[in-house]
Amino acid sequence: MTGSILLEAQQCSVSRGLRTLVSGVSLEVAAGAIWHLVGSNGVGKTSLLRALAGLARIQVTGDIKRHAPMLYFGHSLALKSALTPRDNLNRHPSGGLVSDSQAIDKALSAVGLSGYEDAVTGRLSAGQQRRVALARLWLSPPPLWLLDEPFTALDTSGITVLENKIVSHCSAGGAVVFTSHQAPDLGAQLQTINLEDYRGD
Amino acid sequence: MTEYQGQSGFEYLRAQTGRHLSLLISKPSEMLNPLFFFLLVIILFPIGLGPEREVLSDLAPGILWVVALLSNLMISQRLFVDDFDDGSLEQLVFAPVPLALAALPQLLAIWLTSGLLLALVSPVFALMLGLPEQALIPLMSSLALGSAVMCLLGGVGAALTVGVQRGGILLGLLILPLYIPVLIVGSRAVTEAVLTGGDPTVPLAFLGAALTASLLLAPFAIAAGLRISLEL
Amino acid sequence: MWRIVHQFGSPPWVYRFCERVIPWLLPITFTALVIGSLWGLLYAPTDYKQGDSYRIIYIHVPAAVVALAGYYVMAAAGLVSLVWKIKLADTAMRAAAPIGAAYTAIALITGAIWGKPTWGAWWVWDARITSMLILLFLYLGVIALFEAYENKAIAARACAVLSLVGTVNIPIIYKSVDWWYSLHQPASIKFTGPSAIDASMLYPLLGMIITFYALFAVLMMINLRDLLLDDHRSSAWLKKQLEA
Repeated sequence: MTGSILLEAQQCSVSRGLRTLVSGVSLEVAAGAIWHLVGSNGVGKTSLLRALAGLARIQVTGDIKRHAPMLYFGHSLALKSALTPRDNLNRHPSGGLVSDSQAIDKALSAVGLSGYEDAVTGRLSAGQQRRVALARLWLSPPPLWLLDEPFTALDTSGITVLENKIVSHCSAGGAVVFTSHQAPDLGAQLQTINLEDYRGD
Repeated sequence: MTEYQGQSGFEYLRAQTGRHLSLLISKPSEMLNPLFFFLLVIILFPIGLGPEREVLSDLAPGILWVVALLSNLMISQRLFVDDFDDGSLEQLVFAPVPLALAALPQLLAIWLTSGLLLALVSPVFALMLGLPEQALIPLMSSLALGSAVMCLLGGVGAALTVGVQRGGILLGLLILPLYIPVLIVGSRAVTEAVLTGGDPTVPLAFLGAALTASLLLAPFAIAAGLRISLEL
Repeated sequence: MWRIVHQFGSPPWVYRFCERVIPWLLPITFTALVIGSLWGLLYAPTDYKQGDSYRIIYIHVPAAVVALAGYYVMAAAGLVSLVWKIKLADTAMRAAAPIGAAYTAIALITGAIWGKPTWGAWWVWDARITSMLILLFLYLGVIALFEAYENKAIAARACAVLSLVGTVNIPIIYKSVDWWYSLHQPASIKFTGPSAIDASMLYPLLGMIITFYALFAVLMMINLRDLLLDDHRSSAWLKKQLEA
């Protein structure tokens, strides 16, 4: 299964304003790989992840080649509090999700939200809202996932569910790049990049 | 891994239009704001100018169009703002259609619930100002076409200013000059219908042409503006 | 590495060019301005209908003509900046905007002063004056948009897009305002176009238009030089240049 390359970054530098955050990062994300970006606050984990996603082109130099459709999960959850979780997933602005209601029920129950399908998203707790946004991962998502702090605000059972999902996605030929301050249990496929080694300026 | 299949472009645009429509309808008071604004300002004119029917009906085409323009400006200030704040806007980058198309469902939903709605109820206000009945159809069609053009132009301004603090006044400065031809031609369509022997088809045809041109060009400017606001 | 290549692109060359040209272009323009003004204000014949008040045309018309041209200069710089991503074009756009706005303001003010003796009112909704007013708002929009962004590289891109949108719209705005005016034009107000005036009045006018173009160019170079000084404060070439 492994072998095909989903994303390549060569000598990639990311800056914010006049400051260079990280420089000289090269990364090859193959199918089946799990990459963990680590580093202290402000080192540029989110900026690098956004650069890989193509969301920060102005501040990026270097060569990034994207070979596969991506799913980006960021700090802002892109949820509308007035809509139901079902509508939020069904009509997600990134598109690319299975839109039959059984699949959405299954995805929501996988993240522990069965019974909340038709609630008002704005009335859910912060952790529950993150779970709604994470349910995208269960809806036949694109092969390459870029997840910014996916484990934040999840309880222990939620973390286990997400860990299992990431591992099974990658063993099915997908790939994941994520940032986290936790050290999740993701098996042998896990590789780590410490951004402290690439500090700019 | 099974081969990845996303939504088709058409499915996507339909789903997003539905998303924006249900968002707008879920807050009816906000959705109807431009309409109430229109009503309130229209009522001010007879009170400010005096109740003479001839004066009012002479000024009616201009009044109706100026107020419609202002309520369109109000609408433009809301465009993209919520989506920018909650991260929905950046997710458009991953949409199965180009950014220029991905921004259109919101504009369509906004136009349906404000510009078109205003055009449909405008005869009520027009009759309050004493506009002759033969001008009602030209008024409705000019408002429907003109508000669509203004929505697209407003989209360009909104896309450029959505990432800016206090973009509201700035947006007015940016797009009011662009609205002026629409105002001139739109109010002319109504005036022509009032005049004896006047023919509103020429101004209406011009509005149609303006709509076609802005449908072709504005999405690219909107996409360029969104890329700038998202720092892409 | 890339950064160094970019810096050794054109900014130093343009800076040196401005430094070299300004010292002789500025006095020439200034002299031409004085001669042109004297010619227009003293030697050109008096208009048989408007008397001496028409003489403001020697400032009003050149300012108006160059103000419009200035918008296209700005938009062209914006296009270059967007398509070829040349930073210097951003700087040129920023340099042109305030000058264009000032020209537009001069055209409006002189138009108002001219209107008082000619039409008996400080402000007349004449087609040209109305178009000028809209042009002023287009300029102010670009300047305000630039000021609104914190990141000036992004601000320049936004202004480039806006000025291109404005360029597409300017002919439409001008045409529609002309049309609007012709529908409402009161018969008593008539504008004598430059083509209808006598050669003895026309030559000083053409001279002033050329001078105003030159003035725009020299002001833009001064602005460009100052902006380059500001943008490249810490670069090595500028330090070397200033020491030499």
